[in-house]
Amino acid sequence: MNKLALSDEILLTIEKPARYIGNEVNSVKKDLSQVDVRFCMCFPDVYEIGMSHLGIQILYDMFNRFDDVWCERVYSPWVDLDAVMREKKIPLFALESQDPVKDFDFLGITIQYEMCYTNILQILDLSQIPLMACERTEEHPIVIGGGPCTYNPEPLADFFDLFYIGEGETDYRALLDLYKEYKAKGWSRKEFLLKAAQIPSIYVPSLYRVEYKEDGTIATFSPINENVPTTVKKGLVPEMDNTTYPMKPVVPYIKVTQDRVVLEIQRGCIRGCRFCQAGQIYRPVRERSAVLLKDYAKQMLTNTGHEEISLSSLSSSDYTELPELLDYLIEECNEKKINISLPSLRIDAFSLDVMSKVQDVKKSSLTFAPEAGSQRMRDVINKGLTKEVILQGAKEAFEGGWNKVKLYFMLGLPTEKEEDIRAIAELANDIAALYYDTIPKEKRNGKIQIVVSTSFFIPKPFTALQWASQNTKEDFIEKAYLTKKSVMEQLNQKSIKYNWHEADVSVMEGVFARGDRKIGKVIKRAYDMGCLYDAWGEYYKNDLWLQAFEEEGIDIGFYTTRERDLDEIFPWDFIDCGVTKEFLKREWKKAMNGEVSPNCKEKCQGCGAMRFETGICIKA
Amino acid sequence: MTVRIKFRKFGVLKFIGHLDVMRYFQKAIRRAGIDVKYSMGFSPHQLMSFAAPLGVGLLSDGEYFDLEVNSLTSSEDMKKRLNECMVEGMEILSVKLLDEKAGNAMASVQAASYTVRFYEEKLPVFSLKDAVKRLMDKDKIPVVKTTKKSTVEMDLREGIYELSADDDKKEVTMLVNASSSGNIKPNFVIKELYHEMGEVLGDFDIIITRNETYTGTLNNFVPLDFEATLF
Repeated sequence: MNKLALSDEILLTIEKPARYIGNEVNSVKKDLSQVDVRFCMCFPDVYEIGMSHLGIQILYDMFNRFDDVWCERVYSPWVDLDAVMREKKIPLFALESQDPVKDFDFLGITIQYEMCYTNILQILDLSQIPLMACERTEEHPIVIGGGPCTYNPEPLADFFDLFYIGEGETDYRALLDLYKEYKAKGWSRKEFLLKAAQIPSIYVPSLYRVEYKEDGTIATFSPINENVPTTVKKGLVPEMDNTTYPMKPVVPYIKVTQDRVVLEIQRGCIRGCRFCQAGQIYRPVRERSAVLLKDYAKQMLTNTGHEEISLSSLSSSDYTELPELLDYLIEECNEKKINISLPSLRIDAFSLDVMSKVQDVKKSSLTFAPEAGSQRMRDVINKGLTKEVILQGAKEAFEGGWNKVKLYFMLGLPTEKEEDIRAIAELANDIAALYYDTIPKEKRNGKIQIVVSTSFFIPKPFTALQWASQNTKEDFIEKAYLTKKSVMEQLNQKSIKYNWHEADVSVMEGVFARGDRKIGKVIKRAYDMGCLYDAWGEYYKNDLWLQAFEEEGIDIGFYTTRERDLDEIFPWDFIDCGVTKEFLKREWKKAMNGEVSPNCKEKCQGCGAMRFETGICIKA
Repeated sequence: MTVRIKFRKFGVLKFIGHLDVMRYFQKAIRRAGIDVKYSMGFSPHQLMSFAAPLGVGLLSDGEYFDLEVNSLTSSEDMKKRLNECMVEGMEILSVKLLDEKAGNAMASVQAASYTVRFYEEKLPVFSLKDAVKRLMDKDKIPVVKTTKKSTVEMDLREGIYELSADDDKKEVTMLVNASSSGNIKPNFVIKELYHEMGEVLGDFDIIITRNETYTGTLNNFVPLDFEATLF
C-alpha cells in the first residue's frame, strides 16, 4: 500500500486532496536502494498549473531515464494546506515517495514567471530548508533554479545555490556526475559549488561579486575566483530530433489547465518582435521533423489516453512541415475521436481551412495579436502584421462562418502616443464594420463579438526594448481609460468588449524582470509579511509589497521608469544567450526610428545565435 | 452492445472524487484500446454510465459502470487489458455483457452494503451490538437530510434493511437503500448509533467500505451484474 505524508483527516478537510497523493498514471516509482541521486522537481504554483508545464515533463522523463537518478515532483501547497502544514510543522514532501523534500539531493525549481517568487520561498520554508543559500550545509539539498526567469536570476540570487541557464537537456548529466563525486569524496558544499561553476550552463551566484556605482547601477560584476567563468553560456539543444521527449507523460486525476498531449514542434522563433523575450532567448529556431512528431503523437496518445492533443511552439505557422503534420493528425484524431487544439495560428486561408476541420466554427473564436493599434507602433515593436493582413484574414474568417474575434494589444510601449492608443479601438471598429459589410444580413449568425484585451508593456532582459522606460501605474490606468473611452466612441461599440490587465502587478513584474540582487531582501520581506500566490489576483497584496519596498529603502522607479544608459551594465549581462548586446542595441535604435527588421527566414540580422551553428542559421 | 464493468477502489484512490473517477476511466479505456462507442458531434464522448457515485473518502469492492462498445473480445481479455493500465488503487473485477433489455446502471441501483471500521485512536467506547439492537428496535428514526436545494425530514429506519455489528472486530455492516429517491449515507446510520448511546460521532472517526451494489427488490436483492453474463 502507498504511504501518504498527510493524514486522512487533513486530506479530507482540504480542497482537492488529489493534488497531494501522487500515484498518477505514468508517475515513476523507483527502488531507493538502486538510485544514487534523488532529484525533486518543483513548479512553484498550484498542482493544476504546475502539471500543465511541458518543461517539467521533459526533465522528469529525462532524469528518470537515468538508472542512478530518481526524479519526483512537488508543487506549491494551496493556501488551505499551507496553513495546516505550518501549524502542524509538517515538512513539504515529494509526490511519488511522499518523503520530505529536505532529504533529497537536489531541489530543482522551474521559474516561469516573476510573480511566483514568493512561492519559491514558501517551497523552501515548508521544506524546512534555509531560505538563504549561504545558511545551507552539506545536510541540505542543492537548490537549483531554471526556466525563462533565470535569464535574469539576480533578484533570486540569495536563495539559490545554482542556476541552470538555458535548455535543461544539455548539461544536467555532468552536474549529476559531479554531485556523485562530491558525495563519494566527501567534499564540502563550497568545493562542490566551485566545481559546478565550471560546468557549462551553470551559474553559481555566490561565486560572483557585484559592485555598484553611486547612482545604484552596476560598476562591476565579476567572479571571486579565477576558476569561475566571467560569462555563463546558455545550454542549447543542437538537434531537436536527437533529444529526449516524454513518451509517457504523467496523467493527473484532477482536471489541470493543460489536460492534453503536448507536441513541441519546434523551439525558438524567427520573428524578432522587440518586446518578446522568448523570441530571443530560444534562438535559433530548431524544428522537429514531422516524421518523428507523428510517431510521438501516436505513442503519447496511446500511453496517456488523453482525448486531446495540442501543438506547442512560439509560432506554429512558421513550422515548415505544418501542412503534412496537420493532415496526419486530423486523419488520425478523427478516427480515434481525439480533439486537436490549435495554438494561435496566423489567420490565413490555410489555418482557417484547418480550423474549420477541427473546431465548431460557431463556437470558436479567432485570435489576432496585433500587440499595437497603429502601424507606426507595430513597426516600433517589429510586429510584422499589417492592418491589411488582419482585415484580409478576418474577411475570410467571416465568410467561413466565424463571428467571434479576440484581439490582444499592449499599452505603454515606448514612444506610444494618444493616437496609437485610439488606433486600438479604431482597428476593432474596422473589423466589426468589415463583418457587416462582408456578410449579408440574412446570412449572419448574430452580431459580431469582438473582445479587445490589453496588457501593460513590461520591458524584459535580452530584448531590444530592455533599455525602455516602463510606464508608471498612473500612466497605465490612464491609458486603459483612454482605450475604454475610445472603444465607447466607436460606431460599432456595442459589438466590442474591452478587458484590461491589472496595473499594480505589472509594475511589480517590471521590477523583478529587470531587478538586481538588491531586490532579494524585498522579496524575503514581502514573503515574511504574508505575500504568497502573487500571480493569483485574489491573493496579490499590493499594499504589502509597497511596504516591503519602503522598509528596505528600495525605489521602485529605479527599476521601472528609469531611462537606462545605452552602456549601462545590466544585472544579466554576464549571461551569453547567443544574441549579443550589440545586436540588441542596433534593434533598440531601429525601434526608436520606427524601422522594421526582416525575420530570420528573410534575412539574417547577425544577432549572434549563428555561433550555435544549428537550426535556421545553417539552413539558408 | 453494453458491458457492465465491476471494479474495486482502494488505497489512496479514496481521495479521488466521482467526476475524476469518470475522467480516469475515460482515459484508461483509451489506453486499453477498448472498442468503445462514441457520441456524435464535434467533441465526441464515450457512452458511459456509472451506477452509484461514491463519495470522497470511501473505499469500495463493488463499483459498477456501463460502457457501450462496438465489438467484444472476451470478458477475460477486456478485464486483463483494463487491469494492465490501472494504477494501484483501482482494480477491474469483471466485465460482463448486459442484456439488451436491462436498465442502465444508475437506474438499476436499489441498495448497497457497507462495512464501517474505526480509526484506531477513535474506537467507540460502547458496545456496537447494543447500539444496533436499540436502533433496530425503533419503528421510526426521523432525521433531517440536507440537500443542495432544501432540507427534508425523512425516516432513516425504513431504508435500513440489515444492520449488524461485531464488537471484537469493532465493525458495523449494513445493507441500506441506495436508490436515487431514498439513498442512505452509511455515516448517517453510524451517527444515529452514537446518538442512541449518548455519544457523538466525530467527523473523522470512521472508514467506510462499500461492499456491493444491488439491484432487485427487498428480500431479493442481487448484485448489479447478476443478470449480466461473461462472454
